[in-house]
Amino acid sequence: MKLDDKTLTETGLAPEGQGRILVIACGALAREILALIEINGWDHIDLQCLPAILHNTPEKITGRVVEAIEKHRAGYDRVFVAYADCGTGGRLQANCEALGVELIEGPHCYSFFEGNQSFAERSEDEITTFYLTDFLARQFDAFVWRPLGLDRHPQLRDTYFGHYEKLVYLAQTDDPAITQKARDAADRLGLTFERRVTGYGDLATVLGTQAKL
Amino acid sequence: MSEEDDDIILSELDDEELVQQMFDDLYDGLKEEIEESVNILLERGWAPYRVLTEALVGGMKIVGDDFRDGILFVPEVLLAANAMKGGMFILKPLLAETGAPRVGKMVIGTVKGDIHDIGKNLVSMMMEGAGFEVVDLGINNAVEAYLEALESEEPDILGMSALLTTTMPYMKVVIDTLVETGKRDDLIVLVGGAPLNEEFGKAIGADAYCRDAAVAVETAKTLVARKHNQGATA
Repeated sequence: MKLDDKTLTETGLAPEGQGRILVIACGALAREILALIEINGWDHIDLQCLPAILHNTPEKITGRVVEAIEKHRAGYDRVFVAYADCGTGGRLQANCEALGVELIEGPHCYSFFEGNQSFAERSEDEITTFYLTDFLARQFDAFVWRPLGLDRHPQLRDTYFGHYEKLVYLAQTDDPAITQKARDAADRLGLTFERRVTGYGDLATVLGTQAKL
Repeated sequence: MSEEDDDIILSELDDEELVQQMFDDLYDGLKEEIEESVNILLERGWAPYRVLTEALVGGMKIVGDDFRDGILFVPEVLLAANAMKGGMFILKPLLAETGAPRVGKMVIGTVKGDIHDIGKNLVSMMMEGAGFEVVDLGINNAVEAYLEALESEEPDILGMSALLTTTMPYMKVVIDTLVETGKRDDLIVLVGGAPLNEEFGKAIGADAYCRDAAVAVETAKTLVARKHNQGATA
């Protein structure tokens, strides 16, 4: 399957395949989940992605996820939601629970990529840290720079980021090109840069559990 | 708002035209033009409080309405706010000197673990524009910082802000501590921030959730007036 970030950002991905488990995910996780499916030979799992740009309007996530569950669940034995709370303030979890569908534990993908426990342990010391994942490093302009108007009004940079000190790139893969993009993002925001290799973190664990059920 | 603006000489406009032009300049985030216009109105004998309410707050109301209606977005609101801040900077010392009416006092701060202050800063500015005295505690405030400020400042209102779903529960920690220490009933508690909603505000025991700065100002005015009325009839 050929993926492009623009489609994952704006449109998402329709479910494909004959699996009996459907994973409904954020488009920002598409590459990672498809990699895990391939590595592990999980042919019984299909993937549907919602547009990743919903990340910027979290109040819309719950409705879209619920709509996708209701649309597709009849065609599968089970549905799993590959979102964490993602800024929905508990509403996504409550709605998924009401539908009898599980989702990923934790506040957001930064946390579950690093591992929820480890992320929570560090969180008090990292309140001035801005995070990027592989996807967000590649799509920094679409998710950060342009939506904040920094392409048009660069003078607003310190209004948004004045209290931040560091950009941590949580690396799912070892790709020098993505690392460079993340480093460039840190420079543009005026933040120090750190690369932290996470791999797929809790995402691998939780999908592994789902695959065996 | 148009190319014609380049040719406008602010000092040649009459008062009504100048105020209209200030609405446009606020909308377009033109700080220097706003500062110049504020000075022109003051030189013409306008009271600082009138400049504030009729020109700056009036202009920001249009910005606030268009933000609420999805016509303007955060970057443009920030530029408008920055322009208003320029005008406020000139007016603030004059307002104190001329005894402008004071509606009430607010202590405001972003909660512990959270460094986001854009919404809080907008609320602070609009509250000041509406005649409130605002003591801004900044970001990352532990319950002790709030308590200390409440003790020293004796405000009518406590405002708390959070952008993260991971930090917003801390508002309840603060409110619970206020209840435990017997201070809750003396205060109006307003909360705000992108991930919050009315249900959350109620659940943690706040008096109101305010979805934006304009709502915060209106809510604060209403609740302070109610509090004063209750005080008068008690």
